[in-house]
Amino acid sequence: MAVELIKERKTVAMTGNQAIAEAMRQINYDVVAAYPISPQTELMGFFAEYLANGLVDTEFVTVESEHSAMSAIIGAAASGARAMTATAAQGLLYMYENLPIASNWRLPITMVLVNRALSAPLNIHCDHSDAMTARDSGWLQLFTENSQEAYHSLIMAVKIAEKALLPVIVNMEGYIVSHTIGNVNLFADAEVRDWLGESDWRTTVPHPLLDTDHPVTYGATALPDYYTELKYQQHVATWSAKDVVKEVLREFNELAGTDYALVEPYKLEDADFAIVVMGSTAGVARTAADILRERGVKAGVLKVRLFRPFPVDEIVENLKHLKAVAVLDRHDSMNGLASPLFQDIAASLYHLPERPMLHDFVYGLGGREVTVEDMLKAFNRLINLYTGKETRSSFVDYLQVRE
Amino acid sequence: MAQKRKKFVNIPVLTHLAEESHEWPYENPLAPGHRMCPGCSIPPIVNMILLEYGKDTVTGSNTGCLEVTTGVFPYTAWTVPWIHVAFENNPAVLSGAEAAYKAFKKKGKIDKEIHFVSINGDGGSYDIGFQALSGAAERNHNMLYVCYNNEGYQNTGYQRSSATPIGAFTKTTPVGSKVVGKEEKRKDLTLIMAAHEIPYTAQANPFNYKDFVRKIRKSKEIKGFKFINVLQSCTLSWRTKPEDAFRVLKLATETLYWPLYEVIEGRFWRINVKPSKPKPIEDYIAMQPRWRHVLKMPEVLDRIKEEVYTKWDYLLRMEKLSKELAEDLGFTLDEIFEMSWEEYQEKVKPKLKEKTYLS
Repeated sequence: MAVELIKERKTVAMTGNQAIAEAMRQINYDVVAAYPISPQTELMGFFAEYLANGLVDTEFVTVESEHSAMSAIIGAAASGARAMTATAAQGLLYMYENLPIASNWRLPITMVLVNRALSAPLNIHCDHSDAMTARDSGWLQLFTENSQEAYHSLIMAVKIAEKALLPVIVNMEGYIVSHTIGNVNLFADAEVRDWLGESDWRTTVPHPLLDTDHPVTYGATALPDYYTELKYQQHVATWSAKDVVKEVLREFNELAGTDYALVEPYKLEDADFAIVVMGSTAGVARTAADILRERGVKAGVLKVRLFRPFPVDEIVENLKHLKAVAVLDRHDSMNGLASPLFQDIAASLYHLPERPMLHDFVYGLGGREVTVEDMLKAFNRLINLYTGKETRSSFVDYLQVRE
Repeated sequence: MAQKRKKFVNIPVLTHLAEESHEWPYENPLAPGHRMCPGCSIPPIVNMILLEYGKDTVTGSNTGCLEVTTGVFPYTAWTVPWIHVAFENNPAVLSGAEAAYKAFKKKGKIDKEIHFVSINGDGGSYDIGFQALSGAAERNHNMLYVCYNNEGYQNTGYQRSSATPIGAFTKTTPVGSKVVGKEEKRKDLTLIMAAHEIPYTAQANPFNYKDFVRKIRKSKEIKGFKFINVLQSCTLSWRTKPEDAFRVLKLATETLYWPLYEVIEGRFWRINVKPSKPKPIEDYIAMQPRWRHVLKMPEVLDRIKEEVYTKWDYLLRMEKLSKELAEDLGFTLDEIFEMSWEEYQEKVKPKLKEKTYLS
């Protein structure tokens, strides 16, 4: 049986990958399947050490590809196992075929996506282009700002997945979070296990594959007479998942003394201008907002934590009174319109009689460092667009390109 | 305002639809009413497997004929648990299910003995699913993998696969004035799986059901990865008459086109059927309109014969070496194949080590 290592809460300096491995150990998954890809490799290496020393009960399936990693996890979750995998960039794309299957089957899988830029050109550093490809896959998605949040998010993701019966991606930025040391408050092992409850294969999914006394067919063909209904039940589940996330966050905040919400506003109540952002850049944006406030500009920041399902009401509530909003997309959709976060924000605000002006900034591609100056530049451009000092030919600017 | 959403949609769950009124053992564990073609030899293959493996078996398939004809929502022909995810990954899916089973077993959360069987076509085994098959074999998951090999992509209307023989017509290798059917010879998946040195590899033919069932039974008592490649006639694409399904399969073995043999750990090879006087390969080809144009093409026919007879020779030589090895260890080859897996571990393995370790 799993060994109790941490008997009371403590604060430890660790990287994001170490924090995730620690969460995995405390969650004590039934099955983990993984295939190596930077920057996720280190994470599975740490976890393998726990396995090698008998600290967890997990069955570790060291598959021959990411496609098989997701396939194995689907097989494990359909069997009633608490199961997870982790990947990045090309690995996510290679397993992609299986993602909409896992979500339509309502399998409570958790996956850590260590965000990395998509090839080409080949690049191992952070942006959100991998996560954005999964935005219509039916998986719930949480974005995290630092190791602490990544550690917390994986633990809460297990509960969200099991309550909503939907798979969850926890995004953690490659290198910026995965390989950067920060303070992480760790729970005692028993706290995590009590909060999540012991996994029971007979109840984790309604019809476990291993129940040979009640044989079930997973993966039947559904033709035009049933396809719509099978999609609709998933639609209802996805729309309802927001309430599940809220409830789990409330329970988690009670346990941890945190104040997690679907979105995290910063000095928005009286703000005129704001940046909307996901991931580690939120911190840099907050610093820029503070600097602007010292200069008399009412600036704020909205960090989006829950990306799927998109928290429309919370977005509207926090942005509706602003003059102009800069949406920061760490990804370019290459679509002649704008990138995903911008599109979602624009669609959320569309029905308001009066709404803020929006502008999209593509930034931080392939690990490009994001500075306070970059954020000030974005605010500056936004304010100049709003006041008419500058004009635009499209909704999108590249924030950091060398021309 | 948001559209008012119904919380629940009335969708049937695909637990076995007849579980109220019927119970194992079934006469046909692959329940009647599935949508396979008349004269298809997949159903007897699956029934033979399920009858041997029994109720406590978790099965699965890649996308393909078997998959698409047995589970069309809201119906299922499967009386045992069955899972299909995609075209190329069933052994990986069952790897995860088997890992979950091991995890539950370790924690004492499940008692019964559960077997895992993955049944897939040649496209999903030889081609697109080869990686997942090889991976699951290398990790030695405790499962049986059966390839029902109909030598092409029949579910999509018959395109070439790497199991299609030389000269055969398919829709992607048509018979034209410059090129006649498929130019390349068959990939030999059975040899490749034997080279994985998995506990048990076999080639079988549902026509010879005694041999096939014995192989299934043998696979059931072996812990680890087992692979059986079964030739399966396709009435639709081979264009044989439905009533000729087993006649054509019989000829495949009688002409040496599809030898029946088995391999333990890549080490011991045994041929199960040695026709005293093999029939000419032409007899087998003549029964198949997809292929019989080659009878008028001596060069193509010669290439087919070369492939078939050199492979037969190879198997005879492997068997000869295996006999020598068995005798060196103090057994006959038949004894090694007929003893239980436990006996093999206890009696043969130590002697094998003794004989082969450098001292």
